[in-house]
Amino acid sequence: MVSSASQRNFRFGRSPSILFAGLGIGAGILVLCLFASIGLGAADITPREVWDALFAFDESSTNHLIIRTVRLPRSIIALLVGAAMAIAGAIMQGLTSNPLASPGILGVSTGAAFAVVLSTFIFGVSSLSVYAWFALAGGAITAGLVYLFASLGPGGVTPLNLTLAGTVFSTLIGTLTSGILILNQQTLEQVRFWLAGSLAGGDIDLVRQVIPYLIVGFFLALALGRHVTTLSLGETVAKGLGQNTAWIKVLGAMSVVLLVGGSVSIAGPIGFVGLIVPHFVRFLVGVDYRWILPYAAILGAVILLIADIGARLILRPIELPVGLVMPLLGAPFFIYLIRTRIRR
Amino acid sequence: MQVHPMKTDISESYALTTRKLALAYDQVTIIEELDLAIPTGKITALVGPNGCGKSTLLKGLGRLIKPRNGVVYLDGNAIAHQSTKAIARQLGLLPQSPVAPEGLTVKELVAQGRYPYQTWLQQWSKTDELAVDQALTTTEMTELSDRPLDTLSGGQRQRAWIAMTLAQETDILLLDEPTTFLDLAHQIEVLDLLYDLNQSEQRTIVMVLHDLNQACRYADNLIALQDGCVYAQGLPNEVMTETMVRDVFGINSRIINDPVSGTPMCIPIGRKTI
Amino acid sequence: MSTWLVIRSAQVPVSFRLNRRVPSLLMILGILILAMMIASIGYGEYPIPPLDVVKTLLGLETSNADYAFIVNTLRFPRVLVALLVGMALAIAGTITQGILRNPLAAPGIIGINAGAALAAVTLIIVFPNVPISLLPLAAFAGGFTIFTLIYLSAWNGGSSPIRLVLIGIGFSLMTAAITNILTTFGNINSVSQALVWLAGSVYGRSWDEVNALLPWLFVFVPIVLIMARDLNVLNLGDEIARGVGTALEWRRGILLVSSVALAGASVATAGTIGFVGFIAPHIARRLVGPSHEGLLLTSALTGGLLVITADLIGRSLFAPIELPCGLITSAIGAPYFLYLMIQQRKY
Repeated sequence: MVSSASQRNFRFGRSPSILFAGLGIGAGILVLCLFASIGLGAADITPREVWDALFAFDESSTNHLIIRTVRLPRSIIALLVGAAMAIAGAIMQGLTSNPLASPGILGVSTGAAFAVVLSTFIFGVSSLSVYAWFALAGGAITAGLVYLFASLGPGGVTPLNLTLAGTVFSTLIGTLTSGILILNQQTLEQVRFWLAGSLAGGDIDLVRQVIPYLIVGFFLALALGRHVTTLSLGETVAKGLGQNTAWIKVLGAMSVVLLVGGSVSIAGPIGFVGLIVPHFVRFLVGVDYRWILPYAAILGAVILLIADIGARLILRPIELPVGLVMPLLGAPFFIYLIRTRIRR
Repeated sequence: MQVHPMKTDISESYALTTRKLALAYDQVTIIEELDLAIPTGKITALVGPNGCGKSTLLKGLGRLIKPRNGVVYLDGNAIAHQSTKAIARQLGLLPQSPVAPEGLTVKELVAQGRYPYQTWLQQWSKTDELAVDQALTTTEMTELSDRPLDTLSGGQRQRAWIAMTLAQETDILLLDEPTTFLDLAHQIEVLDLLYDLNQSEQRTIVMVLHDLNQACRYADNLIALQDGCVYAQGLPNEVMTETMVRDVFGINSRIINDPVSGTPMCIPIGRKTI
Repeated sequence: MSTWLVIRSAQVPVSFRLNRRVPSLLMILGILILAMMIASIGYGEYPIPPLDVVKTLLGLETSNADYAFIVNTLRFPRVLVALLVGMALAIAGTITQGILRNPLAAPGIIGINAGAALAAVTLIIVFPNVPISLLPLAAFAGGFTIFTLIYLSAWNGGSSPIRLVLIGIGFSLMTAAITNILTTFGNINSVSQALVWLAGSVYGRSWDEVNALLPWLFVFVPIVLIMARDLNVLNLGDEIARGVGTALEWRRGILLVSSVALAGASVATAGTIGFVGFIAPHIARRLVGPSHEGLLLTSALTGGLLVITADLIGRSLFAPIELPCGLITSAIGAPYFLYLMIQQRKY
């Protein structure tokens, strides 16, 4: 029995008009953050110049060049990666009905990191664009293995099996990664900044390489929204409502691999967004994934943009990896939310 | 319109009483200034619409929620002043749809009911063993006692949980919707089981029930709750009226006599009458 | 009565009950541990035959006078540390899984590893001149501090498993971020050293570590064993636990502190050896079921066996290069875990 009090606190849904308005406001904030991200940085550039660089480009101006070749790609990467990771996290938590599930659960991030470390160790690779391919491949292979093993467990691909197989694989591969790093200090030196997760040095070609994956993953995820809501009610309920749950799970996992694999390959393993943002969003909009997913995308992008600005400015001119700044900024707020909102 | 046909019979004793009880989650008060008396050795059924505070009240009576205000008395003594273990020897409690860890066998579950009687050295006395066997026999779970709970049907599982509270050997049993998720035969089976316990051992039983007709048939004392207040309390005959059903549940109905037991029976009137 | 073994005295009010399989399983695990210890002590650059190992341990004369030094001073304490660390981690894991009712809950979830890692890495990278003997103390303090912060932040008119888990994640992420900043910008040699520590190793551990670790086990293992019944009812959920008369918050608090003390002591001694606290309870549960009376000890011995074996493999795999045994526990733990999961499918 649900008491009247908890009914009031339990936001199954708000009215669509409020949700649409919220989405609009969110998009507005996102645009502001985007401009802030382009405008702020090591070099002081006036908003006027930023505007000109974007819409009246002058090749002879250094500042314009900085904006076009450094800041703009970097901000776009932050936007894409933030949105992708947040959506992937939401899908993962919906599919596994486990609040501990992050996109990392499928092993994509750890697999990608391992592949990059291995490639550096064996071939001495050190270019970001080559990292991207290894990361994508490593992430996809690991996710495939996790999925395979989860399907071999009792009852097939249940949330529990997926979570267990994922955790086990992540730990295993993480171990192998640190094994290599312990054995070979040179590799450690080369990849440690990448491993922390950073948006520095990303250029537009890198984005072009992976954007098809991200877009496919993005639309796949949005198309699944309704089905994930159903599935989050439990496998049996979903089947009873006529859902082909096996397909939804496979498609969901595929979108996660595309989104996370794509993100990791441009920005390194940035885990925090995927784990935390879905929790924030559920507090805001309730349990319907048709709304959770777009909100997660916007919030994820906003958070990563802000964190990246912070990463550039906090210890200027030293740049911190954004993958490390984010938990420092976001976790206290997350802890506060959990403490006050979860009453059982 | 408040009807309080409280018993004036002095000789009757009360197992649980509340004085000005206020229960709240967070900032939201569910129950305010509630005075209630649960007669000893009787079956009391709590009925009311969703969200009226039935489960909250049951948890308050079973000291699962600390009262914001007021007192719950167990056999005349304030419940807050007794050790939780001492209470557990007088009052057993079964929440709604509890979950057992994977692989736990029926017998192991039932054995947990002996917790309030055990000490560090005395973890499995002869009395414990007898009580658990007795609880298994009463609930007809003896044959299934070595089966893991997750391999049982819903009805069997519910019986295992009831057996656990029985192993607690308490005079008072509080049950939150003991018949949910059970089919009709299992519902009646569980209610009959509780009725037998009440008849043979004079246990006081308080339960939240959703089915008004079952509540009328099995309860000696019916409490209708509305918005955290007692709308009416008393014999099912007195409480179960068309006015009550309209006021509390917001639905028109006809009350007839149950052809089997003679207790009141509520026939709700919806839009489809033909 | 077939599945239970009951120990009961007619004269004094003493009685216990266990899953019937527990005593024989404990015996088998004990024998395996002894065999593995003897093998591990015998193995090395300077091999010693098993019989001589046993003789030396018992203080008997052997053909070679060097054996006594190698066995008693070098290899025996190391193996003992492995055993104790494994036991402590396994018990800590059993507690956290039982209390938090989540199969993903390893002791790390309540912040011990993250806190210990931060403290140790800070010491290694930021204060390289501080004597290394302070490392265990710092690690223990770090783990305990983070746990306390998590517990206090999760306390809101009562502790709640789900709040503990989620707030634990929040704190672990923050702590790990700071640790990562240090490993990203620190001196590369110090970072390497820190990584080895983080991976978990019993390399070079001596009687000092054994003596430092033993009191923790002597105090907390009995406490936990005595509270096995409390773990059983906590495992049924808060409402049932209260209903049968547990002083819920007290018991949960004591158990969590015991878990932190055990895991903290072992992390302080041997770094963050992965997977043991997570997998040993799972294996033990498959062997003796979810009742904690037998589960705790079975899990402890399983954990001990796991770490001893891992250490032996780590030493022999790429000899003379030694791999930290934390890497091996993960590498053998994970596939075994997957195997169990697949095998379970049959029924």
